[in-house]
Amino acid sequence: MMTLLNTVTDTVSSTVDKLFFVHHGCYDGLKNLQKKVENVRLVDRLGARKPSCGTIYLTNTHLVFADEEQKHESWILHMHISSMERLQLTTAGFPLYIQCKTFQCITVLIPREKDCQEVHAILEKYSRAMRLEDLYAFTYQPSCDAFYQVAGWALYDTQTEYLRMEFPEKHWCISLINKNYEICDTYPKCVAVPRSATTPLLVGSSKFRSHGRLPVLCYYYKHNQATIMRCSQPLSGFSAHCLEDEQLLHCIRKTNPTHSSAPLCIVDTRPAVNSAVCRVTVTGSENANIYSDFKFVFLSIENIHVMRDSLHKLVEVCELREPSVEEFLAALQSSGWLKHIKSIVDTSAFIATTVGDEGVSVLVQCSDGGDIAAQVCSLASLLLDPFYRTLQGFMILVEKEWLSFGHKFTDRCGYLQGDQKETSPIFTQFIEAVWQVMQQFPCAFQFNERFLLAVHDHAFSCQFGTFIGNCEKDRVDLRLSERTYSLWGYLLKHMGEFINPLYRREDSQLGVLRPVSNPQNIKFWRGMYMRFEGWVHPKESVMERLCIMKDQSSSLEDHIKLVAKRVTSVKNLIGSKTYTNSCVKANSMTDSAFSSMSALSEDATINDVMSAPTYMTRSLQPAVNKADSLSPTNDGRSRSEDYESGIDSLQISTNTIASSGGENNHITVEQMLLELDSVAVEWKSVRKARSCSCAMQFEHFTRKYHCWRCGRIYCGRCVDKQIHLPGHESQRTVPVCRSCCKKVLCMSV
Amino acid sequence: MEFVELIKTPKVDGVILHRPFQSPLDGTLCITGHHLILSTRVEHHEELWLLHRNIDCIERRFDANRGAIVIKCKNLQILRLDIPGQEEALNIADSIETLSTLEDISLWYPFYFRPRQFDILEDGWQAFNVESELTRLISHADHSWRISHVNKDFTVCPTYPETVAVPKSVTDELLLASASFRDGGRFPVLSYYHGDNGAVIMRSSQPLVGTTGRRCKEDERVLNASLRPGKKGYIIDTRSPNLIQMAKNRGGGCEPEVNYSQWKRVHRPVERHTALQESLCKLVDACNDSRASMDKWLSRLESSNWLGHVKDILTCACLTAQCVDKEGASVLVHGGEGIDSTLQVTALSQVILDPDCRTVRGFEALVEREWIQAGHPFNDRCGKSAYSPARSRYEAPAFLLFLDSVWQVYQQFPCSFEFSTQFLIVLFEHAYASQFGTFLCNSECDKRKLNLQRRAVSLWSWVNRPEVLQNYLNPLYEPNKSVIWPSVAPQSLELWSELYLRWTQDNSILDETNKQILCIKEHNKELRTKVVRIRRQLMDLQKDAIEKGLLAAGNHGNTETASEAYSSSAS
Repeated sequence: MMTLLNTVTDTVSSTVDKLFFVHHGCYDGLKNLQKKVENVRLVDRLGARKPSCGTIYLTNTHLVFADEEQKHESWILHMHISSMERLQLTTAGFPLYIQCKTFQCITVLIPREKDCQEVHAILEKYSRAMRLEDLYAFTYQPSCDAFYQVAGWALYDTQTEYLRMEFPEKHWCISLINKNYEICDTYPKCVAVPRSATTPLLVGSSKFRSHGRLPVLCYYYKHNQATIMRCSQPLSGFSAHCLEDEQLLHCIRKTNPTHSSAPLCIVDTRPAVNSAVCRVTVTGSENANIYSDFKFVFLSIENIHVMRDSLHKLVEVCELREPSVEEFLAALQSSGWLKHIKSIVDTSAFIATTVGDEGVSVLVQCSDGGDIAAQVCSLASLLLDPFYRTLQGFMILVEKEWLSFGHKFTDRCGYLQGDQKETSPIFTQFIEAVWQVMQQFPCAFQFNERFLLAVHDHAFSCQFGTFIGNCEKDRVDLRLSERTYSLWGYLLKHMGEFINPLYRREDSQLGVLRPVSNPQNIKFWRGMYMRFEGWVHPKESVMERLCIMKDQSSSLEDHIKLVAKRVTSVKNLIGSKTYTNSCVKANSMTDSAFSSMSALSEDATINDVMSAPTYMTRSLQPAVNKADSLSPTNDGRSRSEDYESGIDSLQISTNTIASSGGENNHITVEQMLLELDSVAVEWKSVRKARSCSCAMQFEHFTRKYHCWRCGRIYCGRCVDKQIHLPGHESQRTVPVCRSCCKKVLCMSV
Repeated sequence: MEFVELIKTPKVDGVILHRPFQSPLDGTLCITGHHLILSTRVEHHEELWLLHRNIDCIERRFDANRGAIVIKCKNLQILRLDIPGQEEALNIADSIETLSTLEDISLWYPFYFRPRQFDILEDGWQAFNVESELTRLISHADHSWRISHVNKDFTVCPTYPETVAVPKSVTDELLLASASFRDGGRFPVLSYYHGDNGAVIMRSSQPLVGTTGRRCKEDERVLNASLRPGKKGYIIDTRSPNLIQMAKNRGGGCEPEVNYSQWKRVHRPVERHTALQESLCKLVDACNDSRASMDKWLSRLESSNWLGHVKDILTCACLTAQCVDKEGASVLVHGGEGIDSTLQVTALSQVILDPDCRTVRGFEALVEREWIQAGHPFNDRCGKSAYSPARSRYEAPAFLLFLDSVWQVYQQFPCSFEFSTQFLIVLFEHAYASQFGTFLCNSECDKRKLNLQRRAVSLWSWVNRPEVLQNYLNPLYEPNKSVIWPSVAPQSLELWSELYLRWTQDNSILDETNKQILCIKEHNKELRTKVVRIRRQLMDLQKDAIEKGLLAAGNHGNTETASEAYSSSAS
């Protein structure tokens, strides 16, 4: 049972309804089962679906709700629970209302009060850990064999990434000044600084800045040598000005020789009022008089507390029951959420154009330098550099701007028990901002919406060690890279799910993305916030179809290559033998073989001409027969029919093609047929696919998989095998369903 | 009348055209009887041809020696022309204004337009002949419906076509009586027959009940004849009870339950007329303000309530479709006059119910049957678009609202429509200004008077030409035989940015995306053909080789799998 549970947790959106236990029939074997409550009713957020009745199983990681009658299953990771409330008693039982960080909201109605209390207590206990070491990541074991613990941990390396940016050694260097985290404990070991900046200068500057977060390089734009830098706010109150800090900024300005006269642009993301207040009190902006070579731009983005409240209101918008359009829009407006998203996109676009178009370097400063700076620096880099719009590049971007520069994931995402005042949806906003840009540039990103959701959910799930801790130092101290699995390793292993079918590498090379800042273009992301309300979403997905088409094309292309090769070798065979006139006299056996063969080929020809689909549906028949036949007699009969139809004539001595290519010296007819049989030409349409053969219902977000051999549709769990198909020229492995897998493997033996 | 009299300055050099996202165009401006032309006079360089009818209104911004004219078009585009010389600018502004607002329909471009670029392959006027369309519609109805010519020469109802479908058992005399009891003579006629269960949608105008409670037994009989045995029917009224009360005072009203005991009346208020027009104006204004703050935009979008109207129409259409498909009940839809909201609802419910309506031909037929021939007064409703300050009380973007609602359904079922969303935009543009006669006039009767079929070209003649149509096809279309139920929740509704934001943002990325989608689709199709061909080739070669005895067909060890592969790939 353990493996089964792990399969569940492996699936990326691990809160999603999935994985049906109907075959296995029992949930009692779930690992670490804490409690089981029967006759529970589950009501979704808006009560749209008819409440389902089933059993709750609580393990120490998941809440599982199983309704075996309606074949419906919900899995909620305890870590994803953001709040719970016991509502007033109803006739149906004691309601427990659960809100998740993935924006799933459910109410469970439990018949007995005692059970309700207990469930509440268990969830309370497991949804927030006492210590980081208690988090799920430290006990998580993946089920699939080929996913190794080390995978993904080495993805990001500071030096390699800076070298990739091609920053000139003449102006920049990687300093080890912080190698024991002594200058700034929330910065990484290696920071990139101007070569001309001496150690005293750096130390002096760090003392002048809040939390010691001195200005360091984020991104170097090789086309014009301009850069993006980040830092925290200065502690101006300490001393009127700091000579070292000033000098450091001058050094930075001079690293951009092409625009040596241009001032350094300092983008202050605190509201102007706010920063004026700060100056009066303790900390504040650099005094503009002193820093005359610098241009100050105030692009205010609200603080973490405002953002948290805004998200709360947004969640309330999603909970409105049957709102009118007016109510919905009014509530959306008053949440202010889209306004905040727009300010992040706008600020990032400003930075990207300043760097990319004007060639002016930008220094971003916000209060602590770990929240807003992370959002805008990473988004600006993503707009500038096509690399960050690839799967790996995005992971590296998150590693660099968020993890290594100390965004406090533990605090912001609320992993631990205690004060929730430090939580804020800063990372969620970044993910959404990327999505908003993606909406405007559908072909520029290698990854898709599903990928963003996966990264978002796992920032909260604590299933992987990637996001645990508040800074690089924490992660080193916890030895996460040895003790836990990396999200990146996991995502890369399942890369196929996350590819945007519209992605065009050549397009994305065009460089800087310039998102339009019209408010009309910032949209409510129902795919995130109303993910679990299936009925509000489009019933047909263009992206899904495109993905399938691309997969199918890739399979066919591969297959065509192989068939072409066979055609050549058979042609050569005919050609050479005829030429040497060494034609073997056909014996009576081959004669009969020939007659049946010719009949068959003619048949095929006619079918082909008539319609390709018919041809393939027919060719799927035997596979279907095998897979669906329940009684062995049935199976046996279909086989015996096969025998009668042509086997007799096929039972002849082995005669192989001496292919001129040399490599395929022993190709027999049946091998060729086997190759043809192993690749499905027509794939089943997803339109009618409501559930997998394992009875699991497909939800709107469920990824449906085609078996590349039989072309039928399965859920992710039923297509868990990847094998090489004999009909493919390349040696790659592709997804197949279980029965096809068996078939192919037994044939190749 | 000669257009020359209206054109004081036919030609000006050195005019600069400003458009968003495009660099200014410098050229010669010409005014002809129907077009405003700006040409750079360089070969292969783009020219602007703007139909005067497409101009919704103009604004003059003059200074000492040059004039700027801001042209706001009915397709929502806004252009600015900088014209050297004040007098020229003045003359041009005057000409444009006069030419764009000519009252006499027969002076409009469709009466002058002769297609030179194409021959007419199939005459669009004949493509959707009323009689054959209706015959097709009732062909599944096992003779319970018939075609009636009671309205020959438009004598009974001037806004109906000459041919209508009515219950078989209803005589023309009954229809005449019923027509006298209905507003504008619009007696109940068949709109849609649901092949799955025989339920129907009918439409009419309001009954003339009045304050005295008039009754017309013939009308009741007409309606009851459409009922299926043992089933109650639904009357869906698109007005609020308040509006109905007001209508009663003016002689209209609704069917009282005492007299129509077999019918259940339901009210689903849908906004109409001026309110709709204002809503559109507010929406377009808000969309054009690209510098607004997020708060302002959302509040303006909200206060326009356009999406609210879309939701109302969708809700009402879904209800109608539900009665028909789920309950198998007959439905009569009407509002007041039965030429606006009624048509929105009946047409949209057919898009939901009928897979045919989601094909190009089917949708064209639907627009013909449920809008043009059903007497939606396009001339009155689409005279002005979102900009013009001078509006009559007849203006209403009822058709646009319908297209928007279809677009919303399209968003939720993007693979169930044969046409692309671009096709809907084409229909919108041609409804407001066109070189074709399809959307001219208020009714079939008016068209007949102007002899339009002879004198103008049909939009369908052009759009159905393969080389034109291929631009408006949906590459991801996969015929969907089922009823498609859209979500009407506000969270599911979106702003039709392709239309409303078309001129205020750069759409090149959208085009690129569409191209990419087409590319993926084409590649896939190509490979599928190729694989079948090459497999066949291999088979033939094998046959050949075996024939020549070069290749043996199998071996002992592996017969079972071979036979399996054999039968599966070749049988």
